[in-house]
Amino acid sequence: MSVMKEFTKGFYDENPVFRLALGLCPALAVSTSVENALGMGAAATFVLIGSNMVISILRKLIPAKVRIPCFIVIIASFVTIVELMMGAYLPELSKSLGIFIPLIVVNCVILGRAEAYASKHGIFLSALDGIGMGLGFTFALVLLGAIREILGSGKLMGYMVFGPGFEPVLLMIMAPGAFITLGLLMGYFNTLDDRRKRKLKKDASS
Amino acid sequence: MDLGQLFAIIIGAIFVSNFVLARFLGLCPFVGVSKDPASALGMGMAVIFVMTIASLVTWFVYVFVLEPLGITYLRTIAFILVIATLVQFVEMVIEKTSPALHRSLGIYLPLITTNCAVLGVAVVNVDDFIITDLPNTVSFIYTVVHGLAAGVGFTLALVLMASIRQRLQLGGVPKSMQGIPITFIVAGLMAIAFLGFSGLKI
Repeated sequence: MSVMKEFTKGFYDENPVFRLALGLCPALAVSTSVENALGMGAAATFVLIGSNMVISILRKLIPAKVRIPCFIVIIASFVTIVELMMGAYLPELSKSLGIFIPLIVVNCVILGRAEAYASKHGIFLSALDGIGMGLGFTFALVLLGAIREILGSGKLMGYMVFGPGFEPVLLMIMAPGAFITLGLLMGYFNTLDDRRKRKLKKDASS
Repeated sequence: MDLGQLFAIIIGAIFVSNFVLARFLGLCPFVGVSKDPASALGMGMAVIFVMTIASLVTWFVYVFVLEPLGITYLRTIAFILVIATLVQFVEMVIEKTSPALHRSLGIYLPLITTNCAVLGVAVVNVDDFIITDLPNTVSFIYTVVHGLAAGVGFTLALVLMASIRQRLQLGGVPKSMQGIPITFIVAGLMAIAFLGFSGLKI
């Protein structure tokens, strides 16, 4: 049960983007289309799983005082692996994600999980946590990307969604669309949370 | 080197491709430290300072260490280590030399290591100025000026946002939109305003 929970918490309860407001820069910058969102999500998930596992293995060897620099070096190594692999095999994706691939290093989701989870738990649970959080991050990116792509270019994964009469809202693909979509989605998630809490309270009192 | 180009870099980094509102860098402090204008200004000053020095130091690291050794693929690791060390170092120097400045900037400095705008400016500098065929002196000046201007752009966005959020506290924001969600909506509107600058032809 608890293993399952480690895995699923990233989607809703502790969704890094919508609930914890972490990793916002890449979430906004690359969610112009579902394809970019999936690419960034996969890259971040890979780094998260790798760094979580390595940090969990080394957690008893790393001195507490210099743990943050150690974590950053481990994370940066995995990011470099992703950077080189993506440049070699997926050059187009690598070009459209641009500087946000090296910037995965300072993605607070990854350092946050290293500090809050992987440095305290075993390797199996840390890997699961990495997968769950990574998928939650990807889910948030894809949701943002889908909304922006549908409204901003009338397409989803490159296929037309609406008929030819649809006038795309160009603003949604540009910077303001990202901010506004994320603001509204966060507000919506807060509403859902409030409603759930109120229901729980009602059940408890009755 | 020509001054027109330098001017274009400054205006470009502050307004046209503002680091926060157009490039989406440094959003965590943008929503985290924008609650009151005074601390926003303090954070902004610390960021300007660190971004300028980081641009300068990463230029030397890239041109004199990474390039001659042929290990430019290690730039991400090298830059993040340099920046983390630099922030620590700057904090210690300020603490020794100017306690007054340290009191006002001190609490913001540790936060800057994970500010993606700082690593971002270093990476953008490499792509825009260093791996082009500009002569070394020119690319050095462009890099440092770009770092400074990007920091000013960040501070501008942060202080504007903090001032708007002060006003927002008086308005009746719906409960589920309070805090971060409404900040993003406001940022979206600010980004629309900043889009106006993209029409500038310099």
